Amino acid sequence: MRRFADLHLKPSLEDLGQVRRMIIKSAELGFQIVGLSLPSKIGIGEVGRWGKICGDAGVELISRVDLAPRGRRELLNDLRRLRRRFEIVNVYCTSKMVARQAAKDRRVDLLSFPAAKFPKVFFDRAEAELASSALACLEIDMQPLLSLRGFARIRLLSVLRREVAVAKRLKVPIVFSSGATDMRFLRKPQDFASLGMLFDVGLPLALDALSETPLRIVKRNRQKLSPDYVASGVRVVRRRDCCLNE
Amino acid sequence: MKRRYLAVSAESNEPIQGKEVLDAVRNALTQLFGEYGASQAELALIRNNKQKHYFVLRCSRRALPMVRASTASLTEVNEKPAVIHVLRVSGTLKALRKKTVSAKLT
Repeated sequence: MRRFADLHLKPSLEDLGQVRRMIIKSAELGFQIVGLSLPSKIGIGEVGRWGKICGDAGVELISRVDLAPRGRRELLNDLRRLRRRFEIVNVYCTSKMVARQAAKDRRVDLLSFPAAKFPKVFFDRAEAELASSALACLEIDMQPLLSLRGFARIRLLSVLRREVAVAKRLKVPIVFSSGATDMRFLRKPQDFASLGMLFDVGLPLALDALSETPLRIVKRNRQKLSPDYVASGVRVVRRRDCCLNE
Repeated sequence: MKRRYLAVSAESNEPIQGKEVLDAVRNALTQLFGEYGASQAELALIRNNKQKHYFVLRCSRRALPMVRASTASLTEVNEKPAVIHVLRVSGTLKALRKKTVSAKLT
C-alpha cells in the first residue's frame, strides 16, 4: 500500500490550535508524512514539540525550511547555515540567477516558481537540465489552484502545463504538495492527484508525486543527516568505543 | 454506457443539500472543462443520505477523472465555505454501499 506525503503545510505557527487541526486532518485524509514549513531560526525544542503533535496524530513530521533569497550569494549563505538543520530545503526562485544556482546545488531538495513571476522566471529548459543532473525536484503547490478563479487560474494552469512538460522531458521529478494555509485547502491524496490532469500530469505520475518522490527525498535526507553518514555511498557501519581510549 | 458511482461527503459549518453539491460540481466541471466536458460527464445526484452525511453522484466512467478534479477544486458550495471529499468510487450502487459502510466503520 502506498504511503503519502504532503511536504508543505504552511499554517500560521502562532495559532497552535489551527496547526494541530491541520495535522490531524492531514492524517485523517490519508497522509502518513507531513512537512511543516518552519522559520529558519526555530530551536530544536520547538521542532520536537511539533513532532510530538504529529506523533499524537499518527503522522511523521518533516522539518522544512523555505528560502526566498534575493541573490546567489544569499542563497549560498542560507544553504551553508541551514542545510543540516532541516530535512527538506525548498527554494522560491524569484529570479533567474537564484533559480539557476538552486537547480545545480545538491543541497536543494525542492524548487518552487511563483506563477506571478511568469514569464520573467519560470522552470525552463536550462534549470531543468541543471536540476536533472543535481537532486532538485519541481514542487507544485495545490493551494493557488484551489483559491484562484477566472483568468488568474487559467494563467496558472498554462504556466504549470509548460513547467511540467519541461520537467517530464528532462526527467526532473515532480512533487505535489498542498501548500495549505488552512483546512479548506486540504484534500485526499487521490483528489490532489486528480487535479494533476488539469496540467497534463497523468494519474500514475501524480500519485508518484505524492508518494514515491517525496518519500525518496525524505529517506535520502534522513540518511545524510544521520551521524553515520560520511559521503555519498559511504557510511559508518560500526564504531569501536575503545579506539578513543587507546 | 459504463457508469461510476461516487460517494462524496460535504464538510461545512452550514448544512448542505445534495442538490447544492450537484450544482457546485456541475459549475466546477463547466469552469474547468467547458460545456463540452460537462456534457460528457452526465452527472446526476442518485442519493442524498443526510443521516450518514454523504451523497451519491453518478457520472460516466470516461468522465470520472474530470469529475474528481472538479470535486477537488471546490472550496465553496452555494456561497457557503465547504470542502467535498470523495469517499469511495464504484461501478455499482451495491458495491459502493458496502465500501462506504466498511470505510465508515474503520
